[in-house]
Amino acid sequence: MNRFDFLRPASVAEAVAAAAEPGSAYLAAGTNLLDLMKIGASRPERLIDISRLPGLDRIEWLADGSVRIGAMVRNADLAYDARLAKAFPSVAEALLSGASAQLRNAATVGGNLMQRTRCAYLQDTASACNRRVPGSGCDALYGENRLHAVLGWSENCIAIHPSDFCVPLVALDAVVEVEGADGRREIVVDDLHRLPGATPEKETALAPGELIVGLRLPAAAAAFSANSRYLKLRERTSYAFAVVSAMAALRIEDGTISEARLALGAIAAKPWRVREAEAALLGVTPSVEAFARAAEIALAEARPSGDNAFKIELARRITVRALTLALEGTPAVMPALPASPFSTDPGASHVA
Amino acid sequence: MSPETNPSHAPRYGSNMGQPLTRRDGLLKVTGRATYAADNHPPGMLYAVTAVSKIARGRVTSLDVAAAKAHSGVVEVMTPANRPPLAHDPDEKMPPFGFRVEVLQNDRVRYVNQPIALVIAQTLEAATEGAMLLDPQYDAQDARVERADGELYDPPAIGVGAPPGAAYGDIDAGLARAAHLVEAEYFTPAQYHNAMEPHAVVAEWDGDRVMLDMPNQALALSCASYAAYFGIPAENVTIRSPFLGGGFGSKAILNGPQILAILAARMLGRPVKLALTRSQMYGPVGHRGATWQTLRIGTDGDGQLTGLHHRAIAATSSFDDFLEPAANASLPLYASPAILVEHKGLRLDTGTPGPMRAPGEASGSAALEVAMDEAAEACGMDPLDFRLKNYAETEPGTGKPFSSKALRACYAEGAKRFGWSRRPLEAGQMRDEKGFLVGWGMGTAVFHCPHFPAEARATLRADGTALVETAGADMGQGAWTALAQIAAEALGLDPQQVELHSGLSTLPDGGIAGGSGHTASAGLALNNASKDAIARLTDLATGNPQSPLFGAGNIGVIARNGRLHRRDDETRSQSYAEILAGAGQPEVVGTAKAARDPSVGAAHALYSHGAVFAEVKIDPDLGQIRTTRLVGAFAAGRIINPRLVRSQYFGGMIWGASFALHEEAVTDRRTGRIMNADLAEYHVPVNADVPSLDAILIPEDDPYINPIGVKGVGEIGITGTVGAIANAVWHATGKRLRRFPIRIEDVIG
Repeated sequence: MNRFDFLRPASVAEAVAAAAEPGSAYLAAGTNLLDLMKIGASRPERLIDISRLPGLDRIEWLADGSVRIGAMVRNADLAYDARLAKAFPSVAEALLSGASAQLRNAATVGGNLMQRTRCAYLQDTASACNRRVPGSGCDALYGENRLHAVLGWSENCIAIHPSDFCVPLVALDAVVEVEGADGRREIVVDDLHRLPGATPEKETALAPGELIVGLRLPAAAAAFSANSRYLKLRERTSYAFAVVSAMAALRIEDGTISEARLALGAIAAKPWRVREAEAALLGVTPSVEAFARAAEIALAEARPSGDNAFKIELARRITVRALTLALEGTPAVMPALPASPFSTDPGASHVA
Repeated sequence: MSPETNPSHAPRYGSNMGQPLTRRDGLLKVTGRATYAADNHPPGMLYAVTAVSKIARGRVTSLDVAAAKAHSGVVEVMTPANRPPLAHDPDEKMPPFGFRVEVLQNDRVRYVNQPIALVIAQTLEAATEGAMLLDPQYDAQDARVERADGELYDPPAIGVGAPPGAAYGDIDAGLARAAHLVEAEYFTPAQYHNAMEPHAVVAEWDGDRVMLDMPNQALALSCASYAAYFGIPAENVTIRSPFLGGGFGSKAILNGPQILAILAARMLGRPVKLALTRSQMYGPVGHRGATWQTLRIGTDGDGQLTGLHHRAIAATSSFDDFLEPAANASLPLYASPAILVEHKGLRLDTGTPGPMRAPGEASGSAALEVAMDEAAEACGMDPLDFRLKNYAETEPGTGKPFSSKALRACYAEGAKRFGWSRRPLEAGQMRDEKGFLVGWGMGTAVFHCPHFPAEARATLRADGTALVETAGADMGQGAWTALAQIAAEALGLDPQQVELHSGLSTLPDGGIAGGSGHTASAGLALNNASKDAIARLTDLATGNPQSPLFGAGNIGVIARNGRLHRRDDETRSQSYAEILAGAGQPEVVGTAKAARDPSVGAAHALYSHGAVFAEVKIDPDLGQIRTTRLVGAFAAGRIINPRLVRSQYFGGMIWGASFALHEEAVTDRRTGRIMNADLAEYHVPVNADVPSLDAILIPEDDPYINPIGVKGVGEIGITGTVGAIANAVWHATGKRLRRFPIRIEDVIG
């Protein structure tokens, strides 16, 4: 890898000041960035190590029932936080369905929000990639793309956002707290990740040098705690990115749906909230037919970006299944295989 | 221990099953004290990194050597312009198994990830960055990586020198009279070994002698081959390979990158280390080539085979030949009046394939076992009944008797443990309580029994313990343990009294740890050396008037628990230590060279057998597949250590699940670059993919295979499993899937 400067600032303010320099990148656990640096797909000139910044590793419950999660909280610590798992069970389930135990022990909340696409053409420095080298083209288009985007893509980029964690976050109106040269601001997670359009290199709404310091889940999101699921299809039972995934959450009152949340993962460059489908479920008596209608609405605009038409049908089906599972109710204990279609195997529960 | 050391086939505790000892190297490994090749750091060592080609075919037109050399820490850049000469032409094969290799002999590029330069630096980071700064430019030609692009040819040989085909009986007549004819094509993709430990070498020269720390499955052979490349006597090459983090066939044969690193060490007069990255192993260090296999199976009205035709197209590189001998999987298994197997080669712009995890048997059995399932379906027969109906009592074609074949017991015990008799004949009949589709499938496992020449030395020491030595290779299979057990038994000692030295080329040649033949090959040499030592000790005792065994030379003695006993009066005995002391000798040394007598293979067909039963569950809407149960029953002659053997069978079955559902190198058809060359995206199973494994060790006595009765267990587990899983997927869904790995879209499509 290239020679780079390594800075370890003592405060958020110092970190943000240091990152004002072009070519800077924040380093948290490095589970994504360091891999990209080793293969030359990312070549920052200076790394700003934020892993030891004070005060970013706490989970704080606020008076209004919302929770504030520091950007350096480890995925595993968050997933195994009992209060969080009770209030926002799909968040815990999504976290535990991601990566491996070793990676979850290292990876951070802020890092997960900022992780890059897994598109092989981003990683392969000999390939054209508009994210890595703006204007160079997209070799994923017409390439090996069976797992690429079916929604929100453009001719300039067909990559998907790989995060599990972010899928329930967009559905639950989570907000990130950002520090930058101009002070603190908030961005709803749904606005954090961008679709490629003509500028796929602009992957997030963050301005250069801005640092995610925290994540907030609103108290209202806990209203779904009884009927929430995250479901993830993958090609091996664990340690695999999603082929497609879905988060579904329902509030049921008097036998009808009073509020619904629905988001899909691994089908677009961002976690894909489908508000039209949520709206279509309002006031409806839950049924497979109603869920199928919601799935149709959710995927109405989908079109293959390559050898991936099967993902559209799969996304419809996983939507129906996730809604069905959410209706059945949040499991009393975390399943042995979180988010897996096989998580319903009887007699086994998840062990930390 | 055995009550007797002789004869070799005497029962051990009433069976031919040895003791389930734990691994001798287990503690070292779980505490991180086992040192692997790349753990070595001799003083003054430099780091080498290969720069690799990003194109599949063409020429390198420029390398920015100046930029790389200008990078701080870079010591040297080796390119075709300054690469020192080698004593062997790399465009010629290295007998017996060596391939043509890429060692910067020119600017030509023949596959992606081919080394095009070697950067040597003070640190790994500097060498890595130096390689990146070379910024190679190419004159690229179209990549030929798809079947339609490659050149088909008739190979003179397949595998490691086998004939490219075989014909028994009249295949046309056999198929013409069939009541049912099944014909289909099956695809198996390119797969890469992906041993956990990367290919690595630390090379240190001392004059014209070189010390190589490297993972190696064939120490003596490799010493001779490296010596040929460097123009020095074979004894000037020493290889230390105490442990391998997996080999799977990829560490038995010389590769270009290691040769370059050794060359750099000589060029610079300093030790050099090279460890390939994961992605760099997708090219120059072998792989399993893709196959396209067509099977035609004819059956009469009773379900008896009338003809079996297996044709395989096997991919190889543009410049060398290793053809997966896939169709040969149809030779040893099912009785048929007519069998025809054929191979075609297909030249693609890839690295040369090589032996990988049951080469030929794995991919061939994958196709054959699915085809057999299809034939059973055509006959309306249970797949197990169908296989029993076509059970081969002698080797099909040749008519040779099997040296031993407990396959019927494998079928019976496996089926019983699995519950096969409750299987509905039709597909799509079973669901579990959660609504998952459930399918049961089976496949026959088979693997040939090669034997490599090997040597060993056994030293009985003054304290009555022994040192036994052979340059074997422990790739994780447990050679350190099993080989010591074989020697201990022959020596009449407890295994704890036997010290084993292995993994070092200066020891007697332990043969090749490949072809599932290492325990038999190195084990026989150790057995014979041990017996030689006992014979020498016996001479000392029976010739010593002071010994209670004096004069017993004609009667004979029995070696047991560290003592020799008179055969006719076991109360008269003397300990090894006493015998040596009485003879005034510090030790007695036995040696042996052991190989298979050609008459053994001429008289008998030599195979291990097994039966694998698989249960899959499939989400009916989402198509996700899980192998929920695997039961294998295997018969492989005498079992030295059932704990290790069970582990080998588990490993084989897991690789079978991997083949069936996971492994595939995804190649960009435009560039020839492999787009999933890392362990995040090139999937092998995780524990959750194989929640229930069961391996049954079927007792089998083989009086012919070799004097220790050992066959081989390393690879057979993969062979029946792939088909068993694919057949279970059919049984769950009614879909015949003939492309591996089976994917979600194949199931829901």
